[in-house]
Amino acid sequence: MSLLKVVGLDKSYHSNFRVLTDINFEVDTGEFVSIIGPSGAGKSTLLRCINRMVEVNEGKILFGDLDVGNLSKKALRKLRTNIGMIFQHYNLVPRLTVIENVLHGRFGYKTTLQGILGKFTEKEKEHAFFLLEKLGISDHAYKRCDQLSGGQQQRVGIARALIQEPKLVLCDEPIASLDPNSSKVIMDHLKAITSELNITCLVNLHQVDVAINYSDRIIGLNQGEIVFDGPSQMLTEGRINSIYGTETRQFITV
Amino acid sequence: MEVANIRRKRDGRITIKAGSKAEALMVSTLMILAVLTMIGFLLFDYSGLELKKAISETGNNLKTMFLEPALTHFSWGEAIYQVGITVGLAFLATVLGAVISIFLALFAATNLSNEWVSKVIRIFVAVIRAVPTVLWVLIFAIAAGLGSEAAIIGMLFHSIAYLVKAYSEVFEEVDEGTLEALRATGSNWWHIVMHGVIPSTLTYLMSWTFLRFEINFSVAVAMGAAAGAGGIGFELFMASGFYFDLREVGMITYAILVVAIILEIISTRLKNRYFPSQ
Amino acid sequence: MNDIMIRKRKWQFTIFLIIMIAATYASSIITDFNALHGITTFPAALYWIFSNMLISQETLTRLPSILDKLLETIFMSIAATTTAAVISMFLGLMGSTTTRVNRAFSSLARFTASISRNIPVVAWALILLLSFGQNSLTGYLALFVGSIGFLTRVFIETIDEASQSSVEALRATGATYFQIVNKAVIPQCLPLLISWILFMIETNIRSATLVGILTGTGIGYTFDLYYKSMNYNVVALVTFSIVITVIIIELLSNYIRKVIL
Repeated sequence: MSLLKVVGLDKSYHSNFRVLTDINFEVDTGEFVSIIGPSGAGKSTLLRCINRMVEVNEGKILFGDLDVGNLSKKALRKLRTNIGMIFQHYNLVPRLTVIENVLHGRFGYKTTLQGILGKFTEKEKEHAFFLLEKLGISDHAYKRCDQLSGGQQQRVGIARALIQEPKLVLCDEPIASLDPNSSKVIMDHLKAITSELNITCLVNLHQVDVAINYSDRIIGLNQGEIVFDGPSQMLTEGRINSIYGTETRQFITV
Repeated sequence: MEVANIRRKRDGRITIKAGSKAEALMVSTLMILAVLTMIGFLLFDYSGLELKKAISETGNNLKTMFLEPALTHFSWGEAIYQVGITVGLAFLATVLGAVISIFLALFAATNLSNEWVSKVIRIFVAVIRAVPTVLWVLIFAIAAGLGSEAAIIGMLFHSIAYLVKAYSEVFEEVDEGTLEALRATGSNWWHIVMHGVIPSTLTYLMSWTFLRFEINFSVAVAMGAAAGAGGIGFELFMASGFYFDLREVGMITYAILVVAIILEIISTRLKNRYFPSQ
Repeated sequence: MNDIMIRKRKWQFTIFLIIMIAATYASSIITDFNALHGITTFPAALYWIFSNMLISQETLTRLPSILDKLLETIFMSIAATTTAAVISMFLGLMGSTTTRVNRAFSSLARFTASISRNIPVVAWALILLLSFGQNSLTGYLALFVGSIGFLTRVFIETIDEASQSSVEALRATGATYFQIVNKAVIPQCLPLLISWILFMIETNIRSATLVGILTGTGIGYTFDLYYKSMNYNVVALVTFSIVITVIIIELLSNYIRKVIL
């Protein structure tokens, strides 16, 4: 059975403007899927529908056997603990230490009071350090996040998502604000860790070459509709053009 | 697995805080303020206060004021005229303050002036700011003879202090390259200011001036009430302190509220347009 | 093309200038302000100040009672600010678009703040004086209400700006509302919030003088007393002590700001 199933998804922010139209796809456990498409195609909205950061208008999203659109507040919290999220701008709390930011990923498992008091078990803290070590930034653990480079901050973001022990990780343009070197480091880490822990990974990207290099499967989105869905090697020049439109093609690869 | 870099507390648990000076200072600032507040409440002079009665009375007063406002001691025309006086006081203090501040700010801006002149002006401004406006007005009222001149001069002091700070910061933001280019053409200081600095900062200067006008309106109300400077503030003082006419107090408060909200809406628009990051 | 633009700009500027001059003229008429009179009496006024407002040996005997009232004023300002800050924190969280619970509460919080901010402190002081009488609590309450308005506005702006992205991230991890507020919003905003609180204390000490004159409390009352009995030497001493206090508090809060921001 598939881990994630999206059926007939429609989303519009204003009544006259549709962001997503009739989206259907399934993702299996352990898959590494990239979603590509021009900016404004609805990639970010699609990811945010999956953990219901935005509400869906039409259609169904099934995570395991849970209907995401029909969850109570409490159940939604529980669902979100199973789905990690990584952002383009890292979305860390800049004034707090790296280790504090990583531990923020455990809030979903705690009562409000435990969270407010900042009670974390030794096991959780050790796990946080283990992840930081794995991502190669454990020597920055006690630094404030705003003292770190972009690539390092994104690794903190990854650690925060992983400490949730998620089944699925949603990555919204994880390398769009990074230089090529840091981008490679981040993508390598994402790929290695998710395959090692058998975590499903859904990544929004706008670099086609990166998508082809790293993912098992690619979904192409244009103006809110799926125009391509298949293994990376099937993504030919002609299909790329159909996703982006021919004239913008040259901007994409550079 | 044991990882390097872990810091532990004495009892062996892992620390997650960095323990910086800033953090410690923030916590102690808040603690000290909390303690001072409690001491304050203990020290207050509560003579003649019956809290329960006072609260219910305030509730009744507010109800009378805001639900049954009326003018009894003067007419609508008079009321508008008095609001006009208050706006006029605020306007004069702002405009005169702006003219004087532009010059002072040019000498206070570090990129246009020399270090010493700039420092002297900044200290001068800081001292002016330390004296509350109402004291300036009252002092000038006896020194210059009562009248709107005293109120405006008094209000000028704080307007200048505020605007010099704002203007000089705006001037300091001017691109050094622009100034250099003008210098290279052989322009003298006044040319640079008139053709380079002022035109490129004009919109910011005007926005700051308007923000000060908004502040000056409520200052003018206060000066009318506390320093006899006339205008709607004085009427407010008379209605509450002399006639004990709550309905009139309500009406006057509404009048002030309307002007203040209009000014606030305009200044918020200006702010969003010209200082989106602030 | 460019030429026409420049000419149009010049025209606009000239019209603006004419309007400003006309408004200035109208204002001077309505307020009965004589610029010439103002300028000519200014040096005389300064001369009067420097010759009459001197702190003499004799006035120093009043210092203890002045300091006593000054202390009352400082405590009044601090208490008004901190208590207002607590309320404003609540209203700020309600009012901010990132942390609001729902639209209705948000509008309510913003509306409350707007009313309490736009009714001047003097009006609050006079209204409260009617039922609370002449004691510290009246002055405290007037400052308190005014501070809520200002602090709520700046708190809303601070929260909106500082925490949008991290709030989103914590929401995605399944954190509850209070966890998000306590662990993302407050840590991120705290330095700015403290900075605004300090600013409000400075402002309130100045306003406390004004409120004191109206409500007969604190240092404002002392000033008014000697001012009305024309004892200008003591007036000078009172003014001087206020100046020193304000400057000390400003230096202190500037130091705190420098460390925490």
